[in-house]
Amino acid sequence: MSVATGPAEKPESKPQLSRRDLFAKIGLVLNGAAVLLLATPVVGYLLSPILRAERGQYKRWITLGELDEFPEGQTRLAKFRSPISNAWDGETDNIPCWVRRLDGEKFQVFAINCAHLGCPVRWFPQSGLFMCPCHGGVYYQDGSRASGPPERGLFEYPYKVEGGHLMIEAGQLPTLSTSASLRKGSGGCQG
Amino acid sequence: MSRLKQIGDWFEQRLQIAGVVREAVIHPVPRKSASWWYVFGSAALTIFILQVVTGILLALIYVPSAGEAWNSLQYLNHDVTLGWLLRAVHGWGSNFMVAVVLIHMCQVFLLGAYKFPRELTWIVGVFLLLLTLGMAFTGQIMRFDQDAYWGLGIGASITSRVPVIGGYLVHLLLGGPIIAGDTLSHFFALHVFIIPGLLIGFVSLHLLLVLKLGINEWPMPGRVVRRSTYLKEYSELTHKDGMPFVPDAVWKDMFFSAAIIVSVLACAAYFGPYGPSGTPDPTIVQTIPKPDFFFLWLYALLALLPPSMETPILLIAPVIVIGFLILLPFLSGEGEKSWRRRPIAVVALLLIAVSLGTFTKLATYSPWSPIMYGWSGDPVPVKYLNGRSPLERQGALVFQVKQCRNCHELGGSGGKRGPELDSVATTLTHDQLVRQVIQGGGNMPAYGKNLNPAEVTALVSFLETLHPPNQPPARDASQAAVAPPQNNPPAAGNR
Repeated sequence: MSVATGPAEKPESKPQLSRRDLFAKIGLVLNGAAVLLLATPVVGYLLSPILRAERGQYKRWITLGELDEFPEGQTRLAKFRSPISNAWDGETDNIPCWVRRLDGEKFQVFAINCAHLGCPVRWFPQSGLFMCPCHGGVYYQDGSRASGPPERGLFEYPYKVEGGHLMIEAGQLPTLSTSASLRKGSGGCQG
Repeated sequence: MSRLKQIGDWFEQRLQIAGVVREAVIHPVPRKSASWWYVFGSAALTIFILQVVTGILLALIYVPSAGEAWNSLQYLNHDVTLGWLLRAVHGWGSNFMVAVVLIHMCQVFLLGAYKFPRELTWIVGVFLLLLTLGMAFTGQIMRFDQDAYWGLGIGASITSRVPVIGGYLVHLLLGGPIIAGDTLSHFFALHVFIIPGLLIGFVSLHLLLVLKLGINEWPMPGRVVRRSTYLKEYSELTHKDGMPFVPDAVWKDMFFSAAIIVSVLACAAYFGPYGPSGTPDPTIVQTIPKPDFFFLWLYALLALLPPSMETPILLIAPVIVIGFLILLPFLSGEGEKSWRRRPIAVVALLLIAVSLGTFTKLATYSPWSPIMYGWSGDPVPVKYLNGRSPLERQGALVFQVKQCRNCHELGGSGGKRGPELDSVATTLTHDQLVRQVIQGGGNMPAYGKNLNPAEVTALVSFLETLHPPNQPPARDASQAAVAPPQNNPPAAGNR
């Protein structure tokens, strides 16, 4: 930058924008534009988990099993493979849920996650209660809150019966604001 | 010899830093500040360096993939030579770092070091504490086991309570719809790049401020900080009654840092590495997730808060606490430094310490959680069955089979969620027992739908026997007054 510095008539050019000042400002603007240009895709990349959820890519109808696997009047643990999965996810893609078959084709499919803070609730058939090991949340067999810190009942997956199979709409971790049945299902959900 | 000096000069001619380094090394410290109270800051830096080094060494082996992380930790524990020790040092180093940073903060607070002109040093320190806790939490996730998996679930559940954008934040936190590969990769980036990068930056700033402003003088009751005079007074103090940091003051820091490193090593060698516990397989529901030591207080708080207050407190309290910590040097930037003249500060600190300690202690045995194996693992004590009628014994069986033990203690074993029932008959009458069993109430679920009338009768008749021999069971006074004596409430168990 030590080339050609010729401050010929510096003294009285106070309000005037010198060439060098102008270029410096244009340089700033150019860099600002470049950063903006770069930042837009970066932000998009970072927000990918949200954008994909918005496009409804997370939820699918999944087969839990044949109806025979769930005896009437019982609540059983079922497992399914998360619809969004990658080869490197390992065991984390295997999601459990509690399936309660009332009678015939009437079901309740509960998320494993306590409505308080997401710990895995356990079913006790003898007393007909779900109990949470973390902070002591307890639910009745129909998933409604019995006692403890949860403010609501267990999360439920929308389900349907097709061709002798029990299907649920699942795909995302149910929490208070991403509950399993929050979004209106993509076609024909009845949960 | 002169060859060495020549090489040194060659570098100095280009770098020109000898003056700055010299100045930093021999900067004067007040004679009384060269005390054992002032060793925690340098100790925190030492452990941070230890964590960076052991962290890099672990990263040589660790695989940050949800499918492989757990296996690579087992490989580190069992196959890699001394891999277990490095994991243990990193894990224990984490504990020590949080502890030392907290102690350092308390010491700075008690000695009034956050006051003028060291406000910014304190604020940077607050961020260093938050970043340290961030490292502790993300580090727990790196140990990708059951606790890490469900810990993430808890993190997501807390995040989901943010109004309006909670759902978006959950997806951002997890890096996808569920806890899976993207989640671990996100947290790995946080744990090894983002937070350590910020830590290095903030630690440098913190150190620069300490050098520029000088170490806090030992507070004397009556020596009051005033913005107008402090700098002059401090300068006089360090020049009249000061000594160079190296070598006069530094030896205590060095002794303590060495002691800390040896302590970390000793704990690591003796206690070994943390986990990993079970594989991060969510279908294994027989698990009791618990956070690491420094988050136990939060675990307790989340169980003990009234449900309606949880969300407001979870979301608002951190803002208030962090905001207060940042504003502290502006709220009391002048005045007394000595803790002898700051009773409210001392009491506040003690209160916080006692509260956190109590919550942590409670969380170690979590009385609010049902004991999942209580019904199958803790039998009814034999003395409560001796000489009982068949109906009462049947009731004891109902008591056991219906999982009452998961929440109720009998003879010192069982859950602590509900009250212990060793003398329940002295406080509840027959009718009250029936109502409590059928309708629940307080923290108890209603069992009306899951017990048939015969079971209720048996259970209540067993519960009515639970009173000390010298104390009669509770009776309904109105019934006793109206009814003839022999019609008094049934089968008082004790004879």
